[in-house]
Amino acid sequence: MNEEKQPPVISESSDGVQLRGEWTTPYLKQLQKISKNNTRHQVNHIAIAQLDPNGSRVLLELIGNEPSAWPEGLTKEQRGLLELVREKVGPVPAQQESVNLLAALGQQVFRVIRHGRELLEFAGQLSALVFSLIRHPRQLKIKMLLDVLQRDGLNAVPIIALLAFLLGAVIAFQGGLQLATYGANIFVVELISLIMLRELAPLICAIIVAGRSGSAFAAQLATMQMNQEVLALKSLGQDPFAWLVLPKLLGLMIVMPLLTVLSMLTGIGGGMFVAMVQLDLSPVEFIQRFGAVVDPIHFWVGLIKAPVFALIIVNVGCMQGLLAKGGAEAVGHRTTRSVVQSIFLVIIVDALFSILFAQLGW
Amino acid sequence: MMEEHKVIVELKQIATRFGDNIVHEKLDLKILEGERVALVGGSGTGKSVLLSEIAMLREPDSGEIELFGEPITQMSGRELLAQRQKIGMMFQQGALFSSLTVLENIMLPIREHQHISGSLLKDLAMLKLRLTGLPEHAAHLYPQSLSGGMLKRAAVSRALALDPPLLLLDEPTAGLDPAGAAAFDDMLLELHAALNLTLILVTHDLDSIWTVTNQVAFLGERRVLMKQPIEKMVKDTHPVIEAYFANERAKRAIRQELI
Ligand SMILES: Nc1ncnc2c1ncn2[C@@H]1O[C@H](COP(=O)(O)OP(=O)(O)OP(=O)(O)O)[C@@H](O)[C@H]1O
Ligand SMILES: [Mg+2]
Repeated sequence: MNEEKQPPVISESSDGVQLRGEWTTPYLKQLQKISKNNTRHQVNHIAIAQLDPNGSRVLLELIGNEPSAWPEGLTKEQRGLLELVREKVGPVPAQQESVNLLAALGQQVFRVIRHGRELLEFAGQLSALVFSLIRHPRQLKIKMLLDVLQRDGLNAVPIIALLAFLLGAVIAFQGGLQLATYGANIFVVELISLIMLRELAPLICAIIVAGRSGSAFAAQLATMQMNQEVLALKSLGQDPFAWLVLPKLLGLMIVMPLLTVLSMLTGIGGGMFVAMVQLDLSPVEFIQRFGAVVDPIHFWVGLIKAPVFALIIVNVGCMQGLLAKGGAEAVGHRTTRSVVQSIFLVIIVDALFSILFAQLGW
Repeated sequence: MMEEHKVIVELKQIATRFGDNIVHEKLDLKILEGERVALVGGSGTGKSVLLSEIAMLREPDSGEIELFGEPITQMSGRELLAQRQKIGMMFQQGALFSSLTVLENIMLPIREHQHISGSLLKDLAMLKLRLTGLPEHAAHLYPQSLSGGMLKRAAVSRALALDPPLLLLDEPTAGLDPAGAAAFDDMLLELHAALNLTLILVTHDLDSIWTVTNQVAFLGERRVLMKQPIEKMVKDTHPVIEAYFANERAKRAIRQELI
């Protein structure tokens, strides 16, 4: 196989225009140039060494689609190939037209509405399932629940503890600077305790869990959906929700309050540390003051949010996963959406909680 | 006959191992231009692995592979690239890129290797699409929305994008209904005749073997036990081969009587 490579050429001599060389895919660029520059020429003779379908397509542009008008010199096989290609070339079919701006806006609105409905439907299915679970507790897949407790609870402890500690320290530091100018160092206890207990501990916890676990739920379910594993479960007479969603829901409902308490403690610990270093407030003083001025209601206000956030994260993550259609790309897309949406909803709900508690005077 | 055809693929003393699992040992195989070869053998005998070695997608642990008369072990990166363009591979699951439409899938290899105008590019891709018998409207569909049969045809279209002289197919008719499989086989035969292809297919489908291929290479005992036409293969008395075709022979005999 050491034959010379022969680039395609078009040449003019006394007996007319001649084509030679290899009319094959590796020379497509040259071929296209030849065909573009010589549309007017009448080809009189062909002595092509090699021809393949891609080359034939370009050759047809030069010699036309009419077999009887094709110049001589084609081998039988080349003629056969040309005839086949002539038959098979065709234009790209028109694509669906793009809709106008107004229609696109309408579609978008409908999509948002539909999406909200889906989310509600999904939450409804979930609650129905929880009720049926109360009646038939054996539906619960204990092993999967334990998995969730470990993976999404226990394994998240270090990162949540660290971040809450740092957050508490940063707030105490910034707040302490201001308070120190008034000589009101001791108020750092109220500052850090109220912020951490009521707002930041549940929030940071929910954000980390949404990023860590919500995305994993979405990716897992989307992949299973794509592999038709969800359908397989159904076909085996199993309720996919009971296998895939319920353990996650119960697991996070259990784990989120615990993690929230953890981040409250480490967050206040961070504040206490900074108070000691920067504001000369000893831990003993800090704790005495804490006991004296911080009402336990603030703890409950923070804690009550945790299961609600858990519900949001599981609901969004699992729903996004189960809605996945298409290929590998959809998995990534759904995962991203699950994180963005659950953090978005968590913050909205947190704001609603604030309003509610303000009304209640808590 | 041996002399007038070029050797397209030659495997010499190939060995493949996965840890302790020896898949091939001292495997020899020669495939000539224009042949339609079926690679058959029991499950796990290394057919898919051998196919990917021929496609230069993985290297054997030892031994030599000659493609189009040149040993690939001594090739530079650029030569390997050129060689790879002469081989089309259809994967078992199609392996079409799910984020691209069928047309874009077919255009991708051409666009990456040839700097040609967009209209010609689309034209060539449409040509490939219609060569494999896909309906035109499939051009703008995504792989997820194709049926199994269309998916396989689309995969062949992409494999043919650069007009390779050698086409490798891994279980092309697996998962198709009998009529769909027969239609696919006919398409392969047509392509073979029209495009001057050499075909190597891994298959368990005995109907495909009878209709499409003119040579059968039987993998067993870690090597190619035999390469011969199917008519001879089913009469072979090697115990492994005999066991593989045991049912088939009975079926054929019954069918012959019915006709
Ligand atoms: N990536 C890998 N790692 C480890 N072992 C592998 C790998 N790929 C294949 N094998 C092993 O190599 C052997 C041959 O596999 P191969 O997929 O080629 O079989 P096959 O003949 O195609 O079987 P089938 O007909 O079932 O598709 C098997 O024993 C398999 O376990
Ligand atoms: Mg295989």
